Amino acid sequence: MSTQQHARPAPVGGSLLNATTLVCGVLIAVMATIILVRLIFGLGATTNLNDGYSWGAWVVVDVFIGSALACGGFSVALLVYIFNKGQYHPLVRPALLGSLFGYTLAGAAITFDLGRWWNFWHIFWPGYFNVNSVMFEVAACIMLYIIVMWIEFSPVFLEKLGLHEAHRKLSKLLFFFIALGIVLPMMHQASLGTMLVVMGGQVNPLWQTPMQPLIYLLSAIILGYGVVLFESCVAASAYRRQVEISMLNPMARVMLGIMGFYLLVRFADLIARGVLGQAFQPTFIALSFWIENACFIAPFLLIRSVEARRNPARLFLAGVAVMLGGILLRLNGFLIAFDTGPGWTYFPSVPELLVTIGIFAAEVLGYIVITRRFPVLPREEAYAQPTHS
Amino acid sequence: MANTRLLQLEAKTTIVDASKRLGMPRRDFLQFCATLAAGLGLPPGAEAAVAEAVASKKRPSVIWLHFQECTGCTESLLRAEHPTLERLILDVISLDYHETLFAAAGHQVEQARKTAMAANKGAYLLVVEGAIPTRDGGIYCKVGGQTAIELTRECAADAAAVIAIGSCASWGGMPSTAPNPTGSSGVADVLGKPVVTIPGCPPNPYNFLATVVHFLTFAALPPLDELGRPKFAYSRLIHENCERRAHFDAGRFAMQFGDEGHRKGYCLYKLGCKGPETYANCPTALFGDAGAGTWPVGCGHPCIGCTEQGVGFSKPIHMLSKVKNAEPPQQYPRIVEEQGVGATLGSASLLAAVAGAAAGAGAMVARNLGLSHQAAEAERARAAREKTEV
Repeated sequence: MSTQQHARPAPVGGSLLNATTLVCGVLIAVMATIILVRLIFGLGATTNLNDGYSWGAWVVVDVFIGSALACGGFSVALLVYIFNKGQYHPLVRPALLGSLFGYTLAGAAITFDLGRWWNFWHIFWPGYFNVNSVMFEVAACIMLYIIVMWIEFSPVFLEKLGLHEAHRKLSKLLFFFIALGIVLPMMHQASLGTMLVVMGGQVNPLWQTPMQPLIYLLSAIILGYGVVLFESCVAASAYRRQVEISMLNPMARVMLGIMGFYLLVRFADLIARGVLGQAFQPTFIALSFWIENACFIAPFLLIRSVEARRNPARLFLAGVAVMLGGILLRLNGFLIAFDTGPGWTYFPSVPELLVTIGIFAAEVLGYIVITRRFPVLPREEAYAQPTHS
Repeated sequence: MANTRLLQLEAKTTIVDASKRLGMPRRDFLQFCATLAAGLGLPPGAEAAVAEAVASKKRPSVIWLHFQECTGCTESLLRAEHPTLERLILDVISLDYHETLFAAAGHQVEQARKTAMAANKGAYLLVVEGAIPTRDGGIYCKVGGQTAIELTRECAADAAAVIAIGSCASWGGMPSTAPNPTGSSGVADVLGKPVVTIPGCPPNPYNFLATVVHFLTFAALPPLDELGRPKFAYSRLIHENCERRAHFDAGRFAMQFGDEGHRKGYCLYKLGCKGPETYANCPTALFGDAGAGTWPVGCGHPCIGCTEQGVGFSKPIHMLSKVKNAEPPQQYPRIVEEQGVGATLGSASLLAAVAGAAAGAGAMVARNLGLSHQAAEAERARAAREKTEV
């Protein structure tokens, strides 16, 4: 299972200054300005949050969705280290990089959503812990996981800086952090579902179920594979590299298997609770429910056979569909089908949207900088085929 | 404190004698003792001990000194009615020296003081009324050739307890207001040790009397706060028990003297009432035995904080007080809570633009991936065909 039998990772190289990075930089600058305004003048000055909807785009999109989309590292590590499928090892580093940015920015985003953000350090201070709170479980878990991921990812920096002795020492301990890096996200991704459960009757019955922790955990794992498909195809397309079909093809099959189980749990739960009928009412919420689940069903049509999975375009579309499904599952539960009583409405304000866009821009920029300068993606020559040489 | 049943005392001869001596019906006397005990915050049963003590204990000797003052404290004591307190004072305590009340004068009365001090050494109560001038050796107040400082030190030396009555004796009061030309100070400063203080201008006479009766009954002073004030009278802010408090909480204020709010009895906080930063039992004990509403705020004048050092005589009457117990918040929640705005043109179009750009980019990536896959497949098929041909 060592990396030796695979192509060793290498920096992609190339210029850091291009249209994409410039656009990302502008979006990040806009975000930073809005965040400054928010920190000084408060949430009321920048967001459309109100007493009915105290969680808006910044929590649901940046944290819930952002962290779920950042499950690539966890899902691939689960496959490689728990199920001992060493052939997927080259996927670990790029997936982990996406997770690293997703989680770090989710952790930063939650700070901006705190009403009294200057108290954010309380989560690190044992005297302030409320160990009975599901919010504490999530917050503490995410903070720990961010630290664990930076340690997991640190060999990349150590290699680049030539600190071989430190790298060798860390390698002996790394198994411990890898194990933590699998346990922690399993804990808090499930707890994010628990948060929906504790919202009680405000959540639409189609999403309000005690099974939600399992549903969230399964969807997070599926999303992890979906993101790896998406990210591998986009990276290959953008860097003009070969797509790692030999790994993505069987991995997509694993994803389909878990997704089948997910759909089984999802619909069995709806039928057992007797609320499936609500999905057939002529409402906007029912439509949103079906779009969400159609996104999870679509990959079965797109990449059903081994032959279909050899087409990177289909893998890409399947990855996008899975991501959309996971995004909608969270959006539906926490915002679209979330009803706090008559009169309350919420739609993100322009500054809220710009911050969310800026956070994703920061992830893209970080990914570009790190992959171009640090050894993350597998060395290209190993996959080079005669037609491309 | 053998007996704890007040009514059982009714037939006792000492009680009968005491009530006759004080010129009040027996029931009234017992009622008075019960009121005192309750005012002191004593547990049930203590009123019997108070009654027995007042009726039968040897009257404590009291030396009463006057310095820089207006005699208002003495006057307020003399105007008390339950019973006529001058009778109680003269009967319950043995007032052996009091410049205002004594018929005697000059060396005769000074001799009476010295005799009483010698006879009750270590057992008499020293009451000081008025501030003590300390500048230039204390020459600004002299009685019988002695300065106020000398008199205080001499009398305090053998006293069982020292009580400073009124704000002047407590910390300097009105005479100590800047620029304080005579260096007026309180008794505690001059003696260099804490004393019992009954601040107020004038203080409620019952606060003084209850302290004396507590001393008489239990041979000890009541519990005091860090400024020497008896806790039974000075542990609560005036604001806490004020009859106008509900107006404060509801935000109804008199804005100037004589306006509609003032005539309706609204809160006087905005006229400068110092009730929120002044500790005293004025709203519950009242003044002058004339019934409800007979205290400054009850009459429509803001409290001036006369019992509180740093407030009374130093803050202007119109100045807003600092609310000590419940600081009003900087902001109040809105009465009509905003329920959120829906999608605006800007936010909806921004979201649509991002979604469109993402969809377009996704479609392009998919198309390119598909094309390169087709090319690769064609290449593979051609290679395979060539292989079979060969």
